[in-house]
Amino acid sequence: MRRTALFAALALGIAGVPASAQEKLTVYTYESFTSEWGPGPVVEKAFEAECGCDLEFVSVADGVALLNRLRLEGEGTEADIVLGLDTNLTYEAKETGLFAPHGIDPGNINVPGGFEDDIFVPYDYGYFAFVYDTEALKNPPESLHDLVEAGDDLKIAIQDPRTSTPGLGLLLWMKAVYGDQAAEAWGKLKDNVLTVTPGWSESYGLFTNGEVPMVLSYTTSPAYHEIADGTERYKAASFSEGHYLQVEVAARTVKAKDKALAERFLSFMTGPGFQDAIPETNWMFPAGKTSAPLDPAFDKLVQPARTLMFSSQEVAENRKAWVDEWLSVMSR
Amino acid sequence: MREVYSRRGRIYAGMLALLALGVLVLGAFVGLGQEALQSWHGAVSAFDGYLLRVARFTLLQAGLSTLLSVLPAILVARALARHPRFFGRGFILQLFAVPLALPGIVAALGILALYGRAGFLAPFLSSLSGERWQGIYGLSGILVAHVFFNLPLAARLLLAALETVPADQWKLSAQLGMGAGATFRLVEWPVLRAALPGVATLVFMVCAVSFTVVLTLGGGPRATTLEVAIYQALRFDFDPARAIALTLVQVALTALIVFVLFQLGATMTADASLPAAPRRSVFPRPAETSFNFGVLLLALVFVAGPMAATVIAGLGADLPRLAGERAVLDATATSLILAGLAAFLCLLLSIALVMARRSLEMSRGGRRARLLERLTDTGASMVLIVPPIVIGAGWFILLRHFGDVFAFAPLMVVAVNAAMALPFTMRAIRPAYDAASARHEKLCLALGIRGWSRFRLVDWPALRRPAATGLAFAMALSLGDLGVIALFGSDRVKTLPYLLFERMGSYRTADAAGLALFLGILCLGLMFIATYWGKRTPDGSAT
Repeated sequence: MRRTALFAALALGIAGVPASAQEKLTVYTYESFTSEWGPGPVVEKAFEAECGCDLEFVSVADGVALLNRLRLEGEGTEADIVLGLDTNLTYEAKETGLFAPHGIDPGNINVPGGFEDDIFVPYDYGYFAFVYDTEALKNPPESLHDLVEAGDDLKIAIQDPRTSTPGLGLLLWMKAVYGDQAAEAWGKLKDNVLTVTPGWSESYGLFTNGEVPMVLSYTTSPAYHEIADGTERYKAASFSEGHYLQVEVAARTVKAKDKALAERFLSFMTGPGFQDAIPETNWMFPAGKTSAPLDPAFDKLVQPARTLMFSSQEVAENRKAWVDEWLSVMSR
Repeated sequence: MREVYSRRGRIYAGMLALLALGVLVLGAFVGLGQEALQSWHGAVSAFDGYLLRVARFTLLQAGLSTLLSVLPAILVARALARHPRFFGRGFILQLFAVPLALPGIVAALGILALYGRAGFLAPFLSSLSGERWQGIYGLSGILVAHVFFNLPLAARLLLAALETVPADQWKLSAQLGMGAGATFRLVEWPVLRAALPGVATLVFMVCAVSFTVVLTLGGGPRATTLEVAIYQALRFDFDPARAIALTLVQVALTALIVFVLFQLGATMTADASLPAAPRRSVFPRPAETSFNFGVLLLALVFVAGPMAATVIAGLGADLPRLAGERAVLDATATSLILAGLAAFLCLLLSIALVMARRSLEMSRGGRRARLLERLTDTGASMVLIVPPIVIGAGWFILLRHFGDVFAFAPLMVVAVNAAMALPFTMRAIRPAYDAASARHEKLCLALGIRGWSRFRLVDWPALRRPAATGLAFAMALSLGDLGVIALFGSDRVKTLPYLLFERMGSYRTADAAGLALFLGILCLGLMFIATYWGKRTPDGSAT
């Protein structure tokens, strides 16, 4: 799962050491993917066993940094595969002209609302949701509308859409539900916002410290607490208008040295060798085939009544105006 | 002629240090400028109503934070100077260096554990106001956090200035039966007044570029600083032109404030007489003693409170497991090595700059300071106001033509951390160097001691203690720094704050709290070592 870490900044990761004579596949991704508890180590082992090649990850802070890094490197990029952009970024990514059609069979792919793109291949998805502490909040709001209209006593922590992916997610969620009335709705919601943090980590930290009973996160957050911490204390609130969807994708670059190997990886990505690792390391829903059903904790999660999502192009064209609108309401 | 010659070496050393800083900053601008040329519209569109609001808020919060940090710091520094020996004094001083090493979010969480909506003091504050306490979000939260960071810093720096008062003066004031008021006016204030503009400038700059604290405790985008806008421009919008424009605004505004601050200050001619008294003799009256201890107690509670909260949160983590983890050990080693190198480089640069400034000051006699002299002092400090993300991004663009950018990463981290810590270290050593120089310059000239032997025999004994302080400051600062590390951070260079953030970003909050505690202990340990090392000299007053 992509977490916009606060100071995690512009670009950087590692360019590894080309040690072996084996064929090498270089995958640019974000840090939480390659961290010791992320999917990276599992995926690397599984794919290397299958292809007899050397899979190398180069990690940067997050999806936004990933795109920036690619823009900076341009034609000189070392990346064969870029893994970890989300659909809010794919339009701008396409504009760079650095990505090539994937050319794989999308048969394994299953994303809510369907997904069709000749360049980007989804590997996981998740819904934004407000996660609450059952010990502090007995009657959580049942819709975004309830939350907006709630009394000032209900305090939430959210993230800044200028610096954080979930923060941008909430902005789009509000826009999808309220449309032209979004500014007004933000005006009401403002009184419930205890604080706006630069990234997900800070607000989630405030939440687990008990500062706020509710925080903007993902529907999958409770699964982490149940599986890793063995507690059912934290739940996601199901909103009747539906939840905003985030889909994470990967693509091959036009500079890929071995086109066949890169395509093989993208194809592998949609199968069990990759997908099995996703739920309990990336804490997102797998977008492809897993070899076994997910942990029962995932069955208990909120099933959104509707999936909300803007097209990548709409986001790219309106982001600045929508963020400015948010700013002017929230700064009042 | 010989006099000029003896100064020239020191001036060259300072110019070399300035050159290094200049390359660091200008290189970044060249790199970003390359990209910016492709679309320079961002630079023009940066100047809008939003910028005006953001700039106003930046100045407001930084100005208030400075006032609230420095004024009480005068009282605290005075109290510490008036009572050179009491149980726990050394510990207080070391504790005062810890906030520097805490990453913003750790300090923010510590402060919220006390004053937050669910904080320790919330029930009390609720009953006081009659309604549910909603935490100190907003300007008040920002101010509390900034005072937490900067009051101890300012107090330590002002104390360092007070410690340059020759022991004879203390003795004389005691013999003349001066009360606290007279001593303050005649002995302490002149030194403080000379040091205050520098200290206030430093605090102002630290607060102006504050990021996490401002966003997290500010409560919302109303509290947006220029630093946040720069970060957004580079990271989310990828608009180098806009980032450059905003950085220049930030530098210009700060320069303006600094200029005003220095008009308020005064330059002081240090006392050239050799001190005869072995140590400070201060005999405060009982009323003053109780006042001083009251001040110290308040400051201690204020600073130690959030730290205690951090410790308590940290104790909840599985510390033995953490301490045994390979990742933690590696990160600790990486942090110590990088911070150590940065601190050492920083100390070298600071000494060079401080020596050059003093030499230039002597060369001009009583005339107004020229540009070069100002550059070696305040000019060099201004590096603090250039956001690390700008330096990092600029150099990334520049270096990518020369192969593997990430091979340069550790080098960049050390260089940027050394530059960022420079203003702190310079503040710590300048008073001692200037005072020593005032006393020894003529003697050295007469005896023909110069160059390395002069540094080793004459300057170093006086510098040793403040250098230890400066080194510890720089190291603490680099240890807690995340800004630069995250830019260049990678699987290859992973430091403790970086690891802390990584754990926090993947639900492992308890681990993060444990690492914060670890970072604090590490910093405290370094302070102990630095103090011990600094003390192994003849008493500072005997130099």
